[in-house]
Amino acid sequence: MASILRFRKLCYVEPVKCSSLGFQSYVTPKVGKKDDGIVPKVKTLVVEKKREQQQKKKRQPKEWRCIDYCCWMIGYMCTTWWLLLFLYHCLPATWPGFQVPESPGTRLKREGLTALHPVVLVPGIVTGGLELWEGRPCSEGLFRKRLWAGSFSEIFKRPLCWLEHLSLNNETGLDPPGIRVRAVPGLVSADYFAPGYFVWAVLIENLAKVGYEGKNLHMAAYDWRLSFQNTEIRDQALSRLKSKIELMYLTNGYKKVVVVPHSMGVIYFLHFLKWVESPPPTGGGGGPGWCAKHIKAIMNIGPAFLGVPKAVSNIFSSEAKDIAFIRTFAPGLLDSEILGLQTLEHIMRVSRTWDSIVSLLPKGGETIWGNLDWSAEEGHGFSFAKKGQASMSGNNLNNSNGRRSLQLKDPVKYGRIISFGKVASQLPSSQLSTFDSKEFPRTNTSTNFNSLCGEVWTEYDEMSRERIRKIAENKAYTARTLFDLLRSVAPKMMQRAEAHFSHGISENLDDPKYDHYKYWSNPLETRLPDAPDMEIYCLYGVGIPTERAYVYKSSPSEKCKNIPFRIDSSAEGDDGSCLKSGVYFVDGDESVPVLSAGFMCAKGWRGRTRFNPSGMATHIREYRHKPPASLLEGRGMESGAHVDIMGNVALIEDVLRVAAGATGAEIGGDKIYSDILRMSERINIRL
Amino acid sequence: MSFLRRRKPPKTQNSEPREIDGENEDDDKKRNPKTNLREDKRWSCVDSCCWFIGCICSIWWFLLFLYNAMPASFPQYVTEAITGPLPDPPGVKLLKEGLKVKHPVVFVPGIVTGGLELWEGHQCAEGLFRKRLWGGSFGELYKRPLCWVEHISLDNETGLDPSGIRLRPVSGLVAADYFAPGYFVWAVLIANLARIGYEEKTMYMAAYDWRLSFQNTEVRDQTLSRIKSNIELMVATNGGKKVVVIPHSMGVLYFLHFMKWVEAPAPMGGGGGLDWCAKHIKAVMNIGAPFLGVPKAVAGLFSIEAKDVAIARAFAPGVLDKDVFGLQTFQHMMRMTRTWDSTMSMIPKGGDTIWGGLDWSPEGDFNCSAKKLKNNDTQTADQSGKGSLGSTKRVNYGRILSFGKDVADIHSFEIKRVDFRQGAVKGNSLINTTKCDAWTEYHEMGIEGVKAVADYKVYTAGSILDLLHYVAPKLMARGDVHFSHGIADNLDDPKYEHHKYWSNPLETKLPNAPDMEIYTMYGVGVPTERAYVYKLTPAAECYIPFQIDASAEGGSDNPCLKGGVFSVDGDETVPVLSAGFMCAKGWRGTTRFNPSGIRTYIREYDHAPPANLLEGRGTQSGAHVDIMGNFALIEDVIRVAAGATGEDLGGDQVYSDIYKWSEKINLQL
Repeated sequence: MASILRFRKLCYVEPVKCSSLGFQSYVTPKVGKKDDGIVPKVKTLVVEKKREQQQKKKRQPKEWRCIDYCCWMIGYMCTTWWLLLFLYHCLPATWPGFQVPESPGTRLKREGLTALHPVVLVPGIVTGGLELWEGRPCSEGLFRKRLWAGSFSEIFKRPLCWLEHLSLNNETGLDPPGIRVRAVPGLVSADYFAPGYFVWAVLIENLAKVGYEGKNLHMAAYDWRLSFQNTEIRDQALSRLKSKIELMYLTNGYKKVVVVPHSMGVIYFLHFLKWVESPPPTGGGGGPGWCAKHIKAIMNIGPAFLGVPKAVSNIFSSEAKDIAFIRTFAPGLLDSEILGLQTLEHIMRVSRTWDSIVSLLPKGGETIWGNLDWSAEEGHGFSFAKKGQASMSGNNLNNSNGRRSLQLKDPVKYGRIISFGKVASQLPSSQLSTFDSKEFPRTNTSTNFNSLCGEVWTEYDEMSRERIRKIAENKAYTARTLFDLLRSVAPKMMQRAEAHFSHGISENLDDPKYDHYKYWSNPLETRLPDAPDMEIYCLYGVGIPTERAYVYKSSPSEKCKNIPFRIDSSAEGDDGSCLKSGVYFVDGDESVPVLSAGFMCAKGWRGRTRFNPSGMATHIREYRHKPPASLLEGRGMESGAHVDIMGNVALIEDVLRVAAGATGAEIGGDKIYSDILRMSERINIRL
Repeated sequence: MSFLRRRKPPKTQNSEPREIDGENEDDDKKRNPKTNLREDKRWSCVDSCCWFIGCICSIWWFLLFLYNAMPASFPQYVTEAITGPLPDPPGVKLLKEGLKVKHPVVFVPGIVTGGLELWEGHQCAEGLFRKRLWGGSFGELYKRPLCWVEHISLDNETGLDPSGIRLRPVSGLVAADYFAPGYFVWAVLIANLARIGYEEKTMYMAAYDWRLSFQNTEVRDQTLSRIKSNIELMVATNGGKKVVVIPHSMGVLYFLHFMKWVEAPAPMGGGGGLDWCAKHIKAVMNIGAPFLGVPKAVAGLFSIEAKDVAIARAFAPGVLDKDVFGLQTFQHMMRMTRTWDSTMSMIPKGGDTIWGGLDWSPEGDFNCSAKKLKNNDTQTADQSGKGSLGSTKRVNYGRILSFGKDVADIHSFEIKRVDFRQGAVKGNSLINTTKCDAWTEYHEMGIEGVKAVADYKVYTAGSILDLLHYVAPKLMARGDVHFSHGIADNLDDPKYEHHKYWSNPLETKLPNAPDMEIYTMYGVGVPTERAYVYKLTPAAECYIPFQIDASAEGGSDNPCLKGGVFSVDGDETVPVLSAGFMCAKGWRGTTRFNPSGIRTYIREYDHAPPANLLEGRGTQSGAHVDIMGNFALIEDVIRVAAGATGEDLGGDQVYSDIYKWSEKINLQL
């Protein structure tokens, strides 16, 4: 009976097992063989086995040989594995004793909440799936398969082909000829980023609990590699979103929609707000009242309103964490040169064709992000030595007017987003050797150098040694000079993208130049629509160290195809300082600093300002990060991390309540843990 | 021997012995090195088993590794090596001709092919949130069959969701590109359109919940409004180019309903105005159109024996037909499908005028044995006298249901019929319904009712409706609100503004859009169910009392009768008459059904079965679903989508006798 059972299990479970663990599958035998010092092919193994069986028939004395041991081991492991798998499947879905905490959706349903306002979800950068519609011969068989998100199996199978298809044209920022990669439509595009790694799935499930379904829940998927206006030009993504919102408004009994954008989706939707009310051809022609008529609230999750410093390091040396998600996925594989290729350089080349990253560069220049000696966050940094900071920040507040005052303990100079060497990041500016970065020679391309390097090149290969040295000589870069730096190291990308994005602060919003779409995604250069009843929420996590400034070193090597700058991971601060492995940290949600996420809601749009002429209400809802208590909790239900916050129970509850009709005041108004109000106070901006 | 019962005991009983096994193995493991040294080895049974499994696994993994390492073009290479170079797929061929994406394309899937996913379910459906219950792998059908049936069914009173269950159509192209893994529906067409530049923004799958009646999809999901809005959007974002609509199977009727809905005024209709279709639609390319219904639907509703409607059976015939689960699967299926209003849209329409009376039918002269040969003229001449007893070969297709083979053949004067409508006392339920797990409405009828149905002997398209009212009162009561199956005498009668007439081409006018084109594209050359010979199944208490008499064979005398089914030319599901009549006659020229004179084209595709296994489901198939992979059809679709008109395609392409048969139908135009 047991053997029968085993055999049946073999039939039942084997395909599942092998497909899910395909990778492990051929590693295991290899390891076993290595131990025995034999590298036989499995074919010979089969022959051996047959011989073995013949011997068995002859009833000769049997010998335990290495191969037999291997087979025996594998068989033993498989059987145990199947047994466990079988037991696991037989388990009741809800384990008695292990009480699964009730989901907020179920709880709120019992309270009587039901679906009221249609909900539109706007995913951020990298989380949306991309699928292939037309490709080169190397992508045979991948038609309408996901290249981005999902299992990413193609990275391993044909990495170069994969990179080629994900790149855009470096001149136009649109499709390269013969390649069409498009956003996956519908809720599936961003519910899970990879199997088991949820993005929107938890929120969707909770929304469904109170009665949401396809007709009142929409995922505004777009190609996140393109600049925002290009999504309209190529895919008509903005027109589709407009039509979808109008349809949902109509078919749900004239209920306004609640929009829930995340990360870069926030500025994408900001762009949409301006686009939809602008006249065609560049705009959607919805007329000035469109937003007031169709939108009840915008609940920005982890909003990158004023950009993220991470984007700088990503463009500069492709070393950011969140944007190059690939690296967190397979860090070992990509960082080192296992494949005999410069993976990092490949990634740089690909990601520099994505215009959308430029939208995440810090906006507002030194006014917002601080100059060489001052920053709004100084004294509010994220200390690794926990606490004891609240009192200090109070002292600093008093001193903040005298900006250059040298204190006993120097405040961290967050304003220097990139500095070369740890010393340069701390010296007072008077001792710093800086010069105007506009002096960088731009047209100086040394052609002979270029020819040395093969087909894989980054724009660094076009730069001469002197220029690279000169860049490093200029010791520190602030949010303003940063752009000169980037224009110098990534000329093509910046040239393309600056036609689509702007990063300044407007002096006069009535200037007709601000009708151009490149200003639409910058909250400091646009007005909010005239919709006094609309509400804007800023929902973000706090309590996680977030990248804010970098200490770089130049790593000049004779090798070509090499990125000459690296984060100096040897730069460590003292105990309790914010510097760790070359990165200055500040409070935030791991990707977006508090300042970027909260400033507009805390000050820029609060009340009736020039950025918010109709005086729509803004609410800040912060969620303090609490790491998951046990492994069973997965990514945590009280997490504040940039993506994991989408599973945060408190956040989900807020979204559900607003979707079911509540206003900001009803869910409790502001909820603030960080120093965002004081930091905003110190930013000197005309409102 | 229920499947469930078999699965559970071994788990609990065996867990202990297995653990002991494990310990033994552990012991062996420790002992083995020692025994190895002593060179005195014993192969215990467990060791052999493990060794064996290990071998199998290693080989499996090795093969899997090879398979994964194999270049993607390898299967094609092998195929070409065996069969010679394959023809270019139509998309590639037409791209070389210079065709480019022009008109946006809308797909309207048919019944059962669209996926359904769970949004809210009962306890037993835990963990299935947003998983497909219909379409895809059907894994849940095997794991928890009763739960599955419960969730797929609708409410028997309202025809809408049962309380606490929300099952919704999957949206997007994925809704119906593949019905099950590897079983394409729209995927081939989509892939070929993509070759000439189509993508998500120019293709739209109008997925809807195919279980609901058409108007209910709007009431519950606002599906019609979504289709309208999406078509408007596509026209607007593609430079004002009108859409080409490609409905398949029941989608044809659904889109017919849509065209009336969209122009009708607001509360009941979409309020698009009287020129909406003219402004937004270039062509409607109906594939396998059951305009006038399919006889299969009758058998499906009557005794759950049709094939296409219950595709689930074709999938796992063994599982569903027999009592594997210890349950009456059939009865469950019947109960389930009878809650689906949409099946009623496929009941033959037009009554005896279209489908034939007791002694006459338009296809009467169809020669099953020589499908490809033209019927000789003498026989055709015979047909003018309708009731003539002349040729023995003639089949009384008009008798859609007949009880007993002899009844199907003899002349109508000789049949003794007892009218079930007045005669029998209904509701005398002798059976204790609690004994039956799956309750069907037949149990309420009682033995007299069942017998009365059989005594009526012969049912034509007209009396079928009465029969169904009798055996499935709830379904038909719901359905009467949503569908109508007659022929309009006067289309200007204000009653025809009601939505129940919109999906019947014989009771509506086409929209006023003289530039629009209507194509009907269907396969011919496959025997298609047209009429049935039934028998009573006496014994069973809990069983369905009627079954197709599979023993009724026509022999050489009457080759059209096989296994109790009279077949006729068609595409395996839809008879030629239903698919072609409207375009051949009903709408041709300016008729009362087509007042603006929309041009109609018939494109028939002669069925050629796949030459070998490597071809899969064939590139020249004419079967109802497989035709979606027919290269000639795809080419026609792409040409029209790229801007061609019906004339450019070559006008009509007819292999069957559709013109002759249409001629014989006496319908005021």
